[in-house]
This record gives sequence, C-alpha cells and structure tokens, in this order.
Amino acid sequence: MNLARKDVWHNRGRFALTTLGVGTLLMIVMGMGGIYRGLTEDATLLVQRVGADIWIAQRDTRGPFAEVSRVPRTLVDRVAAVPGVVAAREFVYHTIQRQRAGKPMRAAVLGLSWPTDRGQWLPLVGGRGLAQAHFEMIADRSLGLTLGERIRLGKETYTVVGLTSGMSDPSGNGFMFFTVRDAQAVQFDQPGEAMRLERQARRARAQQSELGNVQPSILERAAGPGSQLPALPPNQISAVMARIAPGADATAVTNTINGWSDVTAYTRDQEEKMLLLGVVERSRRQIGLFRVLLTIVAGIIMALILYTLTMDKLHDIALLKLIGAPNRVIMGLILQQAIILGGLGYGIAYLLGQRVYPYFPRRVLLTNEDLLVLAGVVLGISVLASLLGIWKALRVQPNVALLG
Amino acid sequence: MTDTLAIETRLLTKVYGSGHTEVVAMREASLTVGRAQCVALIGPSGAGKSTFLTAVGLINPPTSGRIAIGGQLVMDGPRALTNPTAFRRRHIGYISQKTNLIRFLTARENVQVALELNGESPRAGRRRALELLDYLGVGERADGYPPELSGGEQQRVAVARALANRPSVILADEPTAALDSRLGRQVMELFAKVAHDQGAGVIVVTHDQRALDVFDVVYEMEDGIIRRSSHAAEAMPAVAAGGRSRSA
Repeated sequence: MNLARKDVWHNRGRFALTTLGVGTLLMIVMGMGGIYRGLTEDATLLVQRVGADIWIAQRDTRGPFAEVSRVPRTLVDRVAAVPGVVAAREFVYHTIQRQRAGKPMRAAVLGLSWPTDRGQWLPLVGGRGLAQAHFEMIADRSLGLTLGERIRLGKETYTVVGLTSGMSDPSGNGFMFFTVRDAQAVQFDQPGEAMRLERQARRARAQQSELGNVQPSILERAAGPGSQLPALPPNQISAVMARIAPGADATAVTNTINGWSDVTAYTRDQEEKMLLLGVVERSRRQIGLFRVLLTIVAGIIMALILYTLTMDKLHDIALLKLIGAPNRVIMGLILQQAIILGGLGYGIAYLLGQRVYPYFPRRVLLTNEDLLVLAGVVLGISVLASLLGIWKALRVQPNVALLG
Repeated sequence: MTDTLAIETRLLTKVYGSGHTEVVAMREASLTVGRAQCVALIGPSGAGKSTFLTAVGLINPPTSGRIAIGGQLVMDGPRALTNPTAFRRRHIGYISQKTNLIRFLTARENVQVALELNGESPRAGRRRALELLDYLGVGERADGYPPELSGGEQQRVAVARALANRPSVILADEPTAALDSRLGRQVMELFAKVAHDQGAGVIVVTHDQRALDVFDVVYEMEDGIIRRSSHAAEAMPAVAAGGRSRSA
C-alpha cells in the first residue's frame, strides 16, 4: 500500500491547492530561466541568422550593437575586393520609438541590402520578403503589426508585407526590416522646417566665405538639397557584413581588413562574444542571480509546506509507529509526497507557463536542456525539502498516538 | 522468565520527573499472563493501568523492572533488548483508549496496512482485512474513512487491526468505552475467544465491570501498585463464573 498516494488522495483538495502554489512558484523559476535563455538567444540571434562571417565597424568601436558605429557606404566595395570575401552588404541598424494606437512602440530598424538581400533568411511566419526597393517592410510579430497594415514613418508610408517570429534585438525590441535606403530615410528624417533652416544656415556660411562670393553658383547649390553638394558626405551606414568563400580563413581576412586605419573587423564568434559579454552581460548576470535566489526561495517554501504537511499528520505517523511501521516506511511517506508535490508542481509550472509566457514582454525561451536541468533541480529540492519533515517525523514517539 | 507465559512483568516501576516534581506512576508492578489467558486489569482513574499497558506494549519504557513476552526478555529497566517497533509489529496488538485510526486510510486500509507492514501481500492483506471487518460487524463500512464512522465502528476497526497479525499478545486500554453495553460485551468475548483460540495472552484495561465474567483473571491496580488479583466472580459476585483460575 502506498501511504503517500493514499494521503494525497484523501487530502486531494488541499494538496491540489498546495501543488498549484508550488507550481506557480516553479513557473516563475522556469520563466526566469526562460528569460535568461531568451536574453542570450536574442543577443546573438541576428548575428547567427544574418549570414555574415565578418563584421566591419568604425575604427575602435565594438561593433554596431555595442555602440554607435558610422562607416561610409563605399566601404562595401572595398571589403568586397578583399581576397577571400565573396559578398559584402550594408548593415544599417538603429532603434526608434513611435506612437501606435496611443501607446509607445519601440522597434529595432534594420536595413537590408536591396536587391541582394530581400529578407529571404528571415523566419517568416506570414506574408513574404521584400519585393520592391521602397515602401515595404517586414515586421516582427511582437510589435503587434498585421499583414497589409500601413504605417507612417517620417514622410513615407510603409506596408507590412511579411511577419517574423522571435526576431528581436538584445534589448528585446522587435525588428522592422526595410531596404537600407528606407531604413536610412526613417533614421535621418528631418522636418521640412529643419531642412529649410539648415539650407539657410549653409547659404549664410557660404556668403561669408570668399569662395561663395566669387562663385555665385555655390550660393545657389548651398540652398539646395544636401545630396547635390559634393562637399557633404552621403548618409553613413552602421557597419558592413562580409561573407567569405568556403575554405577561406576568416581570421586572415579579418586581419587584412584590420590593417586599414579607418575600420575594425570582427569575426562572427568575436561579435557574438562581444554581445554576450558586453551588451547583455549585466542583465544576464542579474537575471541569473535572481533565478538562483528564486530557486532557493522555492526550496525553502517547499520545505515549509512539507514540514507543515508532516506536522498535520504527526498523530497518524505516531500511530503507524505504534502498529510497528519501521522508519523507512515513515521516511518513504514523506519523501514520496515531496516528490509528488515537486513533480506535479513542475508539471503545472510547465503547462501554466506555456499559456502565460507568451504574454511576457521579453521572450521566454524554454530549451529541453534547461527543462531537464530544472527537473533535476526540483527533484533535488524536493528531497532536501523533505529532510526537515523526515527529521520531525522520526523524532515522534509512538505514545503520541495515545494522547488523543 | 518462563516461556510458558505470554506476558511476565517483574517489579515494573515508572517514575516521571524528579525531585519536587517526581511522580511514581507505577510501583513494582508484577503480573503474569499465561498463553490462551484473558486478563482484566481494573482500577480507578490514575491508578497507573495505562502506564502499565504502554510499558508492556514497549511504547513507554519503565524506569526499572523487567518485561518478558513469550519467554523472551524484552525490557530490562528502560533498556530495550530487542527492536521495540519490529517486536510490536510481529507480536503485539494494541488497542488504545481513544479511537486511533489513521485518518487518510479507509477502515479496510487501516487493517490492511498492519498486515502489509508485517509482510502480507496486498491481495491477501485485503482479503483478511475484509474478513476481520465482517467478523466484527463493520464489513459494510470497509470503504468509509474514520470520520465517517461512528465511535463504535471505529473501535471495532481498531480491534480488527490489533487482531490482524494474529499477535501472541493483545493489549487493550478501555476498548469498549465507545461501545454500548451489548457491543462492549461482544468485544470482550471476542478477546477471550482470540485468547483461547489463538493461544494469545490478553490484557484488557476496563472500567466496565458488567463484562468481567468474560475474563479468566481479574487484576486490580491502585496507586501504581497491582495489589491483588481475584476471580471474576469475586470482583463481580453477581456474575456466576465457572472454570476460572486464580492467578497470583
């Protein structure tokens, strides 16, 4: 006869509530683990999926994610000419915050090198990749945009033609994918008045210079669009991504590019490491620490619950001793209950989590490995938590049963 | 210590506390119960009857004195010479004054658990438990939990559990307190029958003097001392007793 099962069944209402409590607690522990894993995954997601072997950023900066990087667009051609590089693309990345339906919407804007990159590498869950050079965008589902939705950014209106899932930047902002031109149009959008003031200021500067006075056409040009002024540089991009030929040595290519005085190149592994150790390290450690503390708290609470459950049946335990139950039977009763509590709590945590985690603002990523480790931890906690109850139960004398 | 005796106690003393708070609950209590003998222990409240019974049941060790069960010395003063829990499981059936059933087990399971603890298979344990409950008239309540049973039903289940392993010693502390007189007498007769049929030694602590004629020997305890023994007929003259033996 399994006494633990009998006791659980007889007190099933109370046990169910207790298990629900433990399950909810474990769901939070599991969720913290998922957030920790999601943070790590999100941090390196783009680097892993974008298909770049080498990242080239502004000299002495730590790549386009860790800090602001500005490189000229022409760098793409220079990189493409390096032996071992088979393709080079522009990388434009910045974050924006806009109002949508009265609520703030933060998004990470990423430029795709049209027409070579139409977002074919993206994990689309709906719609399609980009089909034209302008006014189309692919958005991550987490932003709440729908297929066909039209959204105004700057002076232009963009149509959502594709949806991705789980594509967010290290800060958890969902991605919006545009062509590089459109991404920059969003980034460098200026109000008309600001543009007019800038042109006036430019014209005034030209008037004050000798060159402007001797060449009237310069004054005319200064009052026109900046793109028509050869003295003004075009909009810059964040970085350049390069793909190397099969069999080529990424380190050798990186060393070649690092020989240039205006840029710094990183291999994919280096970029990933920078993201993990730099951009998200503090958050990662904080969540990791919080997760450990939460696990300890869960253990303490489980120990208290099991101790209380044991105290409640102290009379029954004394009675079992009175009729000759050996200590191993008493220990088995409490230990099995602890494992049942932990096991059911874990199951509830998993099932409840499946429904609740999608509503978390950050991605909660549950991997099989993490779930297995947590199952082991819960088992360990259950055993440890039962020790207090077992200690109490073994100290009970059979004559307690006679006290009424 | 004689192996023809089911129970033999020599000069059992139990002292609680010390100094000003010292209480002597039992004083040099000696008693013998033969195999197939059913003995009553009567006396006023606080006389030490329950203390004596728990000492013999290896539940509450005496301060001094000796206890032998089935000819085997099991207690020498407060020191147990055997594993009390295992010994109780195999040889002693104990019925306490207050109804004592495990709350999370049904009536049948309360009996069955004692059998399974003693190595009986679940199937055989279940069968024997149901037989015993039927025998004690509570078979139809086998699936009821203790709070669903009346006091009398609970007590009968406790009796069934005590008898389950066919113990060589049965100790019952006021087993009929929750029963009406008719049922109380039936239970007393059952103890006597078990004693005679199984060859067990039975000690029943009771206040119920109407059923004393059932017992082979009646001991009386007062102020911690087992002062004298008498025939049931002597303790209860109105009851005609035949074939009872005097025990010193």
